[in-house]
Parts: sequence; structure tokens; C-alpha cells
Amino acid sequence: MIVSIIGGGPAGLYLAILLKKADAAIDVRLLERNSPDATFGWGVVFSEETLGALRDADHETFLEITDTFARWDRVDIHYHGRVLRSRGHSFSAIARKQLLEILQRRCFSLGVDLAFGVGVDDVPADADLVVGADGANSFVRRAYEAEFGTSVVPEGCKYAWFGTDLVFDAFTFIFRETEHGLFHVHAYPFDEHTSTFIVECPEPTWRRAGLHELSEEESLVFCEQLFARDLRGRELFSNRSLWLDFPKVTNKVWHYGRTVLLGDAAHTAHFSIGSGTKLAMEDAIALRDALVHRAWDVEAALVDYELGRQPVVERTQQAASESAAYFARVAGYRELEPIQFAFNLLTRSGRITHANLTFRDPAFTRALDGWFARTAEVLAPPPMFAPLELRGLTLENRAVVRPDTPSAGAGLVLSGFVAVSSEGRITPETAMMDDWTPGARPVALQLGHAGRRGACRPRSVGVDIPLRNGWELVSASALPYGPFSAVPLELDEDGMAAVRADFVAAAARAAKLGVDILELDFAHGYLLGSFRSPLSNHRTDGYGRERLRFPIEVLDDIRRVWDGVMAVRLSVTDWARGGVSVDEGIAIARAVVEHGCDLVHTVAGQTIAEDRPEHRRGFLTALSDRVRTEARVPTLVGGHLTTLDDVNTIIGAGRGDLCILDLPLSDVERELAQGSIPAERAVVPS
Amino acid sequence: MNVGVGLPTTTPGTDGAMVLEWARRADAGPFSSLAVLDRVVYDCLDPFAALAAAAAVTGRVRLATMIAIGPLRPTALLAKQAASVHALSGRRLTLGLAVGARIEDYEAASVEHRGRGRRLSEQLAYLRGGIDEDRVGPPRDGIELLVGGASGQAFSRMARYADGYAHGGGPPRAFAGAAARANAAWRDLGRPGRPRLWGQGYFALGDVEGGNAYLRDYYAFTGPFAERVVAANLTSARAIKDFLRGYEEAGCDELVLFPTSADAAELDRLTEVVAA
Repeated sequence: MIVSIIGGGPAGLYLAILLKKADAAIDVRLLERNSPDATFGWGVVFSEETLGALRDADHETFLEITDTFARWDRVDIHYHGRVLRSRGHSFSAIARKQLLEILQRRCFSLGVDLAFGVGVDDVPADADLVVGADGANSFVRRAYEAEFGTSVVPEGCKYAWFGTDLVFDAFTFIFRETEHGLFHVHAYPFDEHTSTFIVECPEPTWRRAGLHELSEEESLVFCEQLFARDLRGRELFSNRSLWLDFPKVTNKVWHYGRTVLLGDAAHTAHFSIGSGTKLAMEDAIALRDALVHRAWDVEAALVDYELGRQPVVERTQQAASESAAYFARVAGYRELEPIQFAFNLLTRSGRITHANLTFRDPAFTRALDGWFARTAEVLAPPPMFAPLELRGLTLENRAVVRPDTPSAGAGLVLSGFVAVSSEGRITPETAMMDDWTPGARPVALQLGHAGRRGACRPRSVGVDIPLRNGWELVSASALPYGPFSAVPLELDEDGMAAVRADFVAAAARAAKLGVDILELDFAHGYLLGSFRSPLSNHRTDGYGRERLRFPIEVLDDIRRVWDGVMAVRLSVTDWARGGVSVDEGIAIARAVVEHGCDLVHTVAGQTIAEDRPEHRRGFLTALSDRVRTEARVPTLVGGHLTTLDDVNTIIGAGRGDLCILDLPLSDVERELAQGSIPAERAVVPS
Repeated sequence: MNVGVGLPTTTPGTDGAMVLEWARRADAGPFSSLAVLDRVVYDCLDPFAALAAAAAVTGRVRLATMIAIGPLRPTALLAKQAASVHALSGRRLTLGLAVGARIEDYEAASVEHRGRGRRLSEQLAYLRGGIDEDRVGPPRDGIELLVGGASGQAFSRMARYADGYAHGGGPPRAFAGAAARANAAWRDLGRPGRPRLWGQGYFALGDVEGGNAYLRDYYAFTGPFAERVVAANLTSARAIKDFLRGYEEAGCDELVLFPTSADAAELDRLTEVVAA
């Protein structure tokens, strides 16, 4: 059997070693374009679990690799002149050059046919298996890009990858304010003399600083001066350290016939979670395992390899993209207090949460909890149980429940949609303000007018299914909502005046009833929401030219009769082409805040029936984060949050202020709900 | 979790007698449903004709499409066919609908492929709605409606119009991910309770090679994905038991195991594993 490996990076070399070890009779040929000692980049990072896999796969290289390792367990965050330290994160790193040398030596000793300085013009024809381990810009992949379903898109900030002779003793993040914008550094040691030092900033900052016009040497000097204090007089080194965009590589399939992709050629993961080399070497192990398991049946083994690796890699790529996006918008978090800023950074990719950080570093979450509870005491409850003050109202905790779930213990109960008038109902069963009374407290009264989504059958049957004999609908424009929906009347001036009067009367009644929070519905394509989007508002009058005008008029009217906490439920984006974008949604959030809104209940979509949502656990968290940060307003967020840990993480990191919980009833709770323990008990033999 | 079994309507060389015998045995076995697939350009039976035949020889199991490609059929005729199977079976129909994966089926049916999602939404609203003022009988109440598909729109369509979600197959972990999306969409659309979650897998307990060959042929249109379907074929009692356990943990309500051969002995082997 002949195996041709294209690319002599960690993935290719490691695979060569593992295959040769598995069966010395296999003819393993590795082709590398560059010379053996040409390498780009400085150090690479491994986690504890990767080390376990390397130990099991090849003990000899494992020992050599771990011998030269730099190890640390701390993440240091330099921010606003403070250093926030978090412990319990086990990392190791090695010089990329050193790693390659170890792997090359092992290849030679095992009899792998290594050829350096060999350009590959054609995928080798005589091989039984061709492995594309030739990096993010893979030549092998490009030969079959359509078959692989390749996508390469840039993500995150501009970055330059330097080395320095300052040896850090932790994974170090440094944030530095400049007149051009915020720069930040990811730095970590990889041997006893040297550290990796990656400088990042968003593209506009990079341009303002003129870095697009500087040479490699000039930009090194720029970075050295910018971070002189952090470098403590040490130097930066360049190794083709140009400013780059990180390419996110994905492939729908990783093999085609006898050709398979490995490592960066198949998938990249943004460097800010330090997983690229780890994934590449794990790929090599998985491919070896599959070939051995399938007794060198290449086709079956490639399917196994792909099936086994893809889900794992997709999760890592998702986390890496979250992390890249975090760093791209990190300037927005500059006003967070250092401890919250640090917790937000640590939890950026979704892989660290309040609960597992408590396990790694209990002192850190204790400090966060204490700061969050604004208590000088050492012991404080986690963020979910911290009270929230809103315009003189104190909610005891941050957990919010929907009307159809048990409310005991929650900080706030939502009323569910309450219509301001009978025409404003969604279904005949929708509660109306005239006969609504609060149940559990404190309560947020969710006041709305269904608009063109009215006159439907109950939601136990389905959503937006029109009644056979419904009532007349009104909306911003005469456009039906969904299939078979009635065409609404375009709300005229008289109609608007009537709707405004209904909202004011409802708000006055809410005040009389002693409601705790009044929430006005600007969401999901209901009446006020239909005005805010070009997809549902085609008016040619002033209310079309200025789409927020009518919803804001209603808000202003209500503000005059309601002096309690005012919330607005807002679809921040339409999730549809031609509709309200997230940026526009944030501008709307700013406008409602200017008009007296104290709390934005962040939702999205449903402006039109055929939108393109991405429902999953926590699908609204990123939107809430942006509204809270950019419109500077407390937010209420749901989006299928199913654990208390979700809530502690969101609240603790400042991505929201109140969270709607969807707690599924567990087996244990069902068992306990059975009541007291039965009287008959087994007799314990004495 | 309930366990259903597929009716062998897409396996090669299947005749009417074999399908009816399979249906009889399934009805007498530990299965809660009998399900069919839908494809135009292939040597396979029409899903509604097959379920109508099965209705005549069964009295207990639910009869399900996993899924039928809704937009291939004019809406009123789809409603008519579904309602007829529902009536013939004594109200046992579960109607799973999706847009399907093959352009050639649309071409063969002379139906525009573009706009299929929107048309499926219309069909679902129609089936749910009493839009036709019940002129197109028999009555459709009691038809359990499922929606399949993996796009964001498929999940919101499901939550808007259906009773549950029909997953397209894969390891339990993939099902768990889809279940979370289905639940998230359900809550976001303001539906009470939770969606019914249906899963599916393939099995071959007798002639494994024959079963794999059938899957390679049936899924040839997916290119390299065909080998993945083959790799996921459940070919031992242990694999089936692990699969059932994994799906149950992932919150599946009804798991349908599809045969890769019409040999009735295959059903007997599966019965033994499921009943044990």
C-alpha cells in the first residue's frame, strides 16, 4: 500500500509516524514544498486532553514533546491598568519549529520517505491513499473544491503573529487603548526563552492607525512601541509577520475517492482558542484508527474518519467563531468593570461557563459573585440570584418565567400577550386588558395589538392559522401575514388615534392594578412591530418615511400616564432579506431608550412568516449582548435557556440582565411530585 | 419512547404480497407505527397508496409518512389523499411533510423547485386550517402533522403549523441537536407544551451486504453522503439497542427503523430485538 501525504506540517508528519507504526510495510511518502527548517509561526498550544491522546498514540514523541513544553495554568487579563488572573486552565505550548523537528526525526527513524523542497503539481497517481495535509491554502483541496464543498471566508480581526524574548508565565491577554481604537494581544510562552505575541485589532482601527501602509519592519516597530510597557523593554521578532485576515475553512465532505483532507486543509479554527494544531494531530490519530479498524479498506476508513471527526471539529469551529466575533467587538465592552470584563472574556466561546469556571477556579467566580451582588462580604449567591433595580423597582432575582410555567421563586412573571382591545387579540382566547388581572407577582404586563396576526385559531392548533369568521385586521400596510391570512386594512389616521387611545387606557388601567412592569410589544410582526420594518410597512405617508414614528408616538403616550418601569419587546432583526438588520435594530433600541424605555426584551424575527431564523439553545443571547452593550440598556432575554448555569453565565458576563427560563420537568422532579414517601418500608434485617 | 418500523416500499424486488405480509406482522408485533418514504424517480411505491394498502390489513399501528414531499402534489389533492388514508385506517395517519432533497423528483412531476418552502407552508396552513371550508373531505381532524428538514425555516415551519418534528436520521447526538432546535422554535412561536419528536434509522440484520448495496443505490444522488448512510446502517442487535437507548436519552418520542430488504425474516429479527 502506498500513502502519499502532501504537506509536512504537524498533521502530515504525525500521520506518517502513526501509519508507519501501525504497519511498517506501508510505503509512506511525504512531500513538503519548503525546506525542513522553514517554518512560519512561533508556538502552538495544547490542552490536557490532547496530551492524553498524544501519549496513547505515540509515546516516544509524546515524551520528547512534553520535555520541551512550557506549561501554565493561568490566564492573565491586562485591562485598564489591572491584571485579572484566573487559574485552573491547564495549557502547554511548544515551539512549532521544535515540534516539527521532533516529528521529522521520528519519521526518519521509522523509515518514512520524506522529500522536502518538492512542489506538487499533480496529485500523485500511484498512491492508494492521498492525504492533503497542506494547510489552509491546500493545493490538494483546490483540485476538488466543488466535490469537497469548500468554503473559505475571513473571520475576526486583522492580526500579526510575532515572537518575543519576554517569557510570559501565563496565557496573557493585553488590551491597549489608542487614538485609533482598541488593540489587543494574545501572548503565551512556548519555551524557556520565547513567547508568541499576536497583535489584533478590527480592520477600521488598523486602517486609522495607517498599518495598511506600513512595511513589515515598520509595523513591528509600531507594535513594539504600543506595547513597550507590557514587553518591559524586550523585543518583538518577525517571522513573515504580516497583517493577515484569518481564513475560516470548512468543507462539506473531507474525502473524495482516495483523497482525504487533514488538519487546516479540512477545517480551520480561529487562533484565539488555540486549537488548530490540536485538531490537526487528532485528525491524524482518527485517520490511523479508522484505517486500522477497517483493515486498510481505504473507502470505508475515510467514511469512518469523517463521521467521527466532523461533529467534534464543528463544535470547536463554532466555539472558535464565537471567540473571533468576541474579539472583533471587544471594544464595545470597554465600560465593563474589570472582573466582569474578564468573566465575559473567559466565557466568550461558550466552552467555559459559570459552573465549570467555578470548578476550575472557585476563587474567581466567588469574586465575580461578590462583585455582582455589590457586597463586601466573601459569600454571595451566583449572579442569577442577585437582585435587580429598575427605576425604583427591585426584582429579587434574574429568573423570569412564562405564564404557563410554575412561577414560585422566579424574580418576575410574564403575563403573556394581553390585547389592548378586542380587535387587537391574536385568537378569541387572547386575554384582553379590560378583564385582565394580575396573578403571580411581580408581573410584567405584556401589552400589545396583534395587527395582521390577529383573528387566528388557538396556538394549541398552530400559529397564524386564520379563523374562518374572524374580525377585520389592521396593520401598517395592506399586506397579509401568511398563507390564507386575511388582508389587513392599512391603519388610517383615525385608526391610529383609536389605537393610541386604547394603549393609553390600558396603561392607565395597568397603573391602577399596580402592575410592576409594563411591556409594550414592538415585536414579531404584531401591529407596532409591523410599522418598524420595510417588509411590512409600505406606507407612502409620514409613517412610512419614518417607520418608527407611530410606535414611538404610542410609547410617548404611555410614558405620560405610566411612571413605572417601562419595557419594550423588540424584534432586533427580521432575519429576512430586505428587512431590519441587527445594526438597524440596535438603532431602534437606542430610540426607544431615548423615549423612556428602561428595559429591552430582546427577541428577533417573525416580522414575516417566511423568515430565516436559527433556533437553538441560547439563540438570542448574542443579540441581547449587542443591545445591552451598544444601546446601553438593561435587557430581558430568553431563547430557550434550559439551565441555571446558562442564566448565571449570561448575567455574570453582562450579556443580559433578566433571563427567561425554559426548564423541562426532570424525572427527579416528577418523582418528587408524587408526594410523600410511601408508609410501607422494607424491614432492615438486624 | 415508541418504536416503529418502516414498510419496505423502496427496496428493490418488493411485490404487493410482501408489503402486506410485512404490514400484518408489524401490526402483530411490538411496533407502534408503520412508516413509508417518498420518491418519484425510483422503483418504489407511492406512499399514500402503500399506506392505504397497509390500512386494510392492520388495525392498531399508526401509519406515517417519514416524510412525503408535499410540494410535489397539488394542495387539495394532497389533503384528499391524506384524509382518505386517515379515513380508511380508522384515523391512524401521521402525515410527515418536507420539501425533499431531489430536484429530479420536481422535474419529473413538472413542479417548480423554486418556492418549494413557501408552498409547503401554504400546504401546512391549508391542512391545519379549514381553509377549504371542509368541502374537500373526508375530515382531517386527528391527522398528526410532522415537518422534516434541517434548515432554520424547516424548524419554524414545524413549530408554526405541525404537531412535531420528523428528523432525517443520524447518530443520537445529531438527533439531540435537532431536538433542541425544535424545542427552541416551539417556544419561540408560543406553542403550548412541546413538539412530538420522531427519529429514524436503517437496519439490516440478515443480508448486511444486500442492505448496504440498496442504501448505496438509493442514496447515490447524495454523492459521498451515501457511504455515510451505509456506515450508519444498524447491522447487529447490539447496534440497534445502543441506537434505541441513545435516541430515548435524546428525547425521541417515536423512533422508526427502516428495513433495507423486504424479506419478512428481517422483520422477525427486528421484532426479537425490540421485544427483548
